[in-house]
Amino acid sequence: MAAPVFELNGITKEFPGIKALDDVTFDCQAGEVHALVGENGAGKSTLIKVLSGVYLPDAGAVLLDGTARRFTHPLQSLAAGISVIYQEFSLLPDRTVAQNIFLGRELSKWGMLDHARMQNETNRVLAMFGDRHRFDADTQVSDLAVGEQQMVEIAKAISLDAQVIVMDEPTAALNDHESELLFDVVDQLRNQGRSVVYITHRMHEIRRLADRVTVLKDGQIAASFDHVPEPDVIIHAMVGRALDDFYPEAAKDDETGEPVITVQGGDNAKLHDINLKLRAGEITGFAGIQGAGRTALALALFGVEPFRDGTVTMSSVPALFASPRQAVRAGVVMLPGDRKSEGLSLMQSVRDNGMLSARAFSRMTGSPRSSEHASIADMDKSFQDLDIRAANLDVEIQSLSGGNQQKAIVARWLALNPKVLIFVEPTRGIDVNTKASIYARMRSLARGGAAVMVISSDLPEVLGVSDRIMVMRDGRIVAEMDRGATEAEVMAAATGEDLRGAAA
Amino acid sequence: MNGRIARFAPVLLLLAAFAIYIGIALATDQSQYLTFDNLLGLLGRSIALGITAVGQTFAILIASIDLSVANLISVAAVLASYIMSGDPSMMLPAVVAVLLVGAVVGLVNGLIITQLEVNPLIATLGMALILQGLLSASFTNFAGEVPKEFQTFAYGEVGGVSVSLVFLVILTGAAWAFLKFTRMGSNIYSVGGNADAAKLAGVRTARVVILAHVICSLCASVAGLYLASRLRSGAPWIGRDGVYDLESIAVVVIGGTVLAGGRGGVWGTLVGVMIFSLIDSIFNIAGVDAFAKQILRGVIIVAAVAVYAARSKRIEA
Amino acid sequence: MMARLLRINPVYLVLLVLLIAIAIQSPHFLQPTGYMNFLKRAAPIAILAVGQLYVITSGGFDLSTGSVVTLTVIGSSILLGQNPDATWMVITAMLAGGVVIGVVNALVVAYLRVPSIIATLGMMITLGGIALTWSGGSPRGYLPDTYRFFGRVLIKDLPVIKILPVALIVMVVVCGLLWLLMHRTNYGKLLHAVGDNPKSAHFAGVPYVQVRVVAFVVSSVTAVIAGILLGGFAGVSTSVGTGLELQAITAAVIGGAQLLGGRGAVGSTVAGALVLQAIFTLLNMLGFPKPIRDVVQGVILISAVALATYRRRKTGS
Repeated sequence: MAAPVFELNGITKEFPGIKALDDVTFDCQAGEVHALVGENGAGKSTLIKVLSGVYLPDAGAVLLDGTARRFTHPLQSLAAGISVIYQEFSLLPDRTVAQNIFLGRELSKWGMLDHARMQNETNRVLAMFGDRHRFDADTQVSDLAVGEQQMVEIAKAISLDAQVIVMDEPTAALNDHESELLFDVVDQLRNQGRSVVYITHRMHEIRRLADRVTVLKDGQIAASFDHVPEPDVIIHAMVGRALDDFYPEAAKDDETGEPVITVQGGDNAKLHDINLKLRAGEITGFAGIQGAGRTALALALFGVEPFRDGTVTMSSVPALFASPRQAVRAGVVMLPGDRKSEGLSLMQSVRDNGMLSARAFSRMTGSPRSSEHASIADMDKSFQDLDIRAANLDVEIQSLSGGNQQKAIVARWLALNPKVLIFVEPTRGIDVNTKASIYARMRSLARGGAAVMVISSDLPEVLGVSDRIMVMRDGRIVAEMDRGATEAEVMAAATGEDLRGAAA
Repeated sequence: MNGRIARFAPVLLLLAAFAIYIGIALATDQSQYLTFDNLLGLLGRSIALGITAVGQTFAILIASIDLSVANLISVAAVLASYIMSGDPSMMLPAVVAVLLVGAVVGLVNGLIITQLEVNPLIATLGMALILQGLLSASFTNFAGEVPKEFQTFAYGEVGGVSVSLVFLVILTGAAWAFLKFTRMGSNIYSVGGNADAAKLAGVRTARVVILAHVICSLCASVAGLYLASRLRSGAPWIGRDGVYDLESIAVVVIGGTVLAGGRGGVWGTLVGVMIFSLIDSIFNIAGVDAFAKQILRGVIIVAAVAVYAARSKRIEA
Repeated sequence: MMARLLRINPVYLVLLVLLIAIAIQSPHFLQPTGYMNFLKRAAPIAILAVGQLYVITSGGFDLSTGSVVTLTVIGSSILLGQNPDATWMVITAMLAGGVVIGVVNALVVAYLRVPSIIATLGMMITLGGIALTWSGGSPRGYLPDTYRFFGRVLIKDLPVIKILPVALIVMVVVCGLLWLLMHRTNYGKLLHAVGDNPKSAHFAGVPYVQVRVVAFVVSSVTAVIAGILLGGFAGVSTSVGTGLELQAITAAVIGGAQLLGGRGAVGSTVAGALVLQAIFTLLNMLGFPKPIRDVVQGVILISAVALATYRRRKTGS
């Protein structure tokens, strides 16, 4: 085997309370696509951040072309030829494609920017994509679709002459057509002799692109293959335990009750003809690719971006809410996907975060220690039931781990006895063990008579927790499946094409 | 589509204001206000605001703001007329001193914001207090006077057009060229658009922020020089009386530069200034009294910003 | 024990040091007439600062309070000039006016999405214009003793403390009520949550518009109350409230309020106001001219925010 372009040797990285990487070794050769797979929180992004110099490893070495390097800033790894394309693009929306590609290293002539040369260079790089792009160097980035913005990121990497290109779940936000284009580009990068690290958890993409596969789990290498093995082999390595233990048991037959909330012909800018019943005692999962409308549906039910058309009823009472406050009052609550920006008051105490909604629905001049919905003592008990771990309950909630923060939001809603709970990305950034306890909590909420709705981009999670799976595409519900549906079946419905052949 | 309309919104507003102006002039039978000279004169009355606003555009483009411009204008005007004291030979030292003070104020603002990480609103409000205090402690009334030669800045003409107007247009052109054709100009947009991304790409963001504040303060001190020339002397209240802090921010926003930074430009600001002087003139020919004018101004500024805030919300969604 | 001591806001320590310094400079300060006079003078700014604290905690600024003070004094003098017996009716009318101003500020900020600093600056200009229009530019009002009672009168012949200014009673009552509302009710908790993260508060079902309306109303109403007190011991002029909004912000910041929302305490804000008043008193004793107050205040404003930023970075929270 030829010498690798880069090697990560025995990398260990610890954060307070968690060993994010434990003796991980990973490399990539020229002209090779190396797939890096693992569940959320397995350590993939930490590994990439070590490679790119965002983090310094506690132990282990980063070798580039056989020489040990010590990157302390992403700029250094960039200069050394390593480009990382994150899911969150680092593009300036108000600037043109060329301006973005040359951000921070603008070409100039006699002290003046050389717009012409930057434009030519940009168009030269874009030419690599053939005629598959409908934009050029002068297009403003905010006018581009997500897939096109990704092309700009790739063009930036190529223009920097990166020898190593890392793509972090690049198809997460792409439609099929865009994904196909991306696959072609990855092929081209390989043919040009560049090394590509491709992070994904989609089996058919691994099949389509990878030369080698490495599986991370809980910060350790779970398996490494010099070929592309069968999907079930990879999945087993990823999950590493029997799925039955991890996910809650299914609803028993007599547990599923009457519909709690019913949507008929729901329609707004992002959603079309939504017909839906969420039943008491049942966990309903929503699958679909990014932009399919799952989050829009949650926001519509929760009154943030309500339906413009159609009817929503809860036990035959109209329930088309115009604000979250109306929704919460009627018993529909949401646990937002982005806890930091949508769920938490970071500077307030754990207790105050738990009490927030109980207080919001009590008399404004009433005492904050015992509102009409919950007293401090009730809340403390709820925290205890949920096994929230904090030094004490008066510390600012930002000092807690993601899992404990999520539990605090659960406690917040439990004080109001909700009828419908909408979980958006419930385990994002949460460690594996806490995940299982959150899944168990969902089941017990359902058993208590609530309707539970789960939206997650982690497909195994949706499959694992749901009694019923709704698949969305382009703002519509396109399929309804029972527990036991396979990843391939769901993906086929979510993308609108039959991928079973490719995945099996 | 929406974005395209947004880009031309300042011009549409200008046309609307212009139409109202003509309408009122005709309706009140004051067609003498419609001559070309008079229209040039319109802009001429807003030179100080224009110069200040060009500088404010830089501060806002990097997602900062400068509330110290009004007091810096007073400082510059008083300092200029005090140093000159009617002596033409002191013109150059006075101008140099004023520009130096402006540069230092901008530098300090920038350093407080970048190194001490103080919110720009507070940093520049604090600076405003400091400047006003120092000035009022030293001067209580008109101080000194500017020589006749220096009054050319405000009253001189070249080819039938006032010197100051030509200066404002050249200044705007230079600012535009700087933003468009230099690396630093490019960096200003990048830092305002997404400071983290710019930093990640190797832009030294602190320097960019500091430079933008230096430019902003330099412009304010030039506006002070202009006012000294126009009023023939400087007084410690002229900046505050002109409400140049709020008005400069308002015309920048009306000119299409977004308060969140990263988008906009100086030509738009100039259009914003023209809209404001038209509104002023409309009040004049409609005979609105001075105090009522102030009330209307407050309302119009807030309304204008509200219109833009609502618009940018739509684009986000 | 030590940890608990460390958690005490340093503003109280600073206040103690300043009061000792004043007492050394002027032993008369230790007499009831000395410190009671000090507290009387501090009362309006303390009340204003606590009102401002509500808006700051909700995540904004209220720059209109100074002009509300002016409008209160001028409006009262004009109304009472016509009918001196109507003190209570005039006070009620002024308080109602304060409520209206607060509601307008809050609605412009919450619904029109205008940044609070611009909205309230616009309000400041508008109210200034109204004050000028109403008084015709040169206020010649007079305030009857029934009105000036609150600001000026000292209750005499009391045991131990001997005298007690009515202004101090007003301050204790107003600040006490606002302390209860901030720290002992659901509203106070919701206010903190809205200022900390408006979106998550919205998603938690908090009626965030109402919460902000109350904050701005509290701010304007405290400004009216401060205006009534100031009318008692300052004269009637169009500049009586000038700059008070910045003093109020400075006091709140000295007291440890978190700019842009989420943290704020009434007790330490009152202490912050007393610190500011003590510094002004000291400057006065040491013979500095009055404008130097502004300079010192600007420096304090910036350094208090810089220090808070520094401490937060150090402690990592």
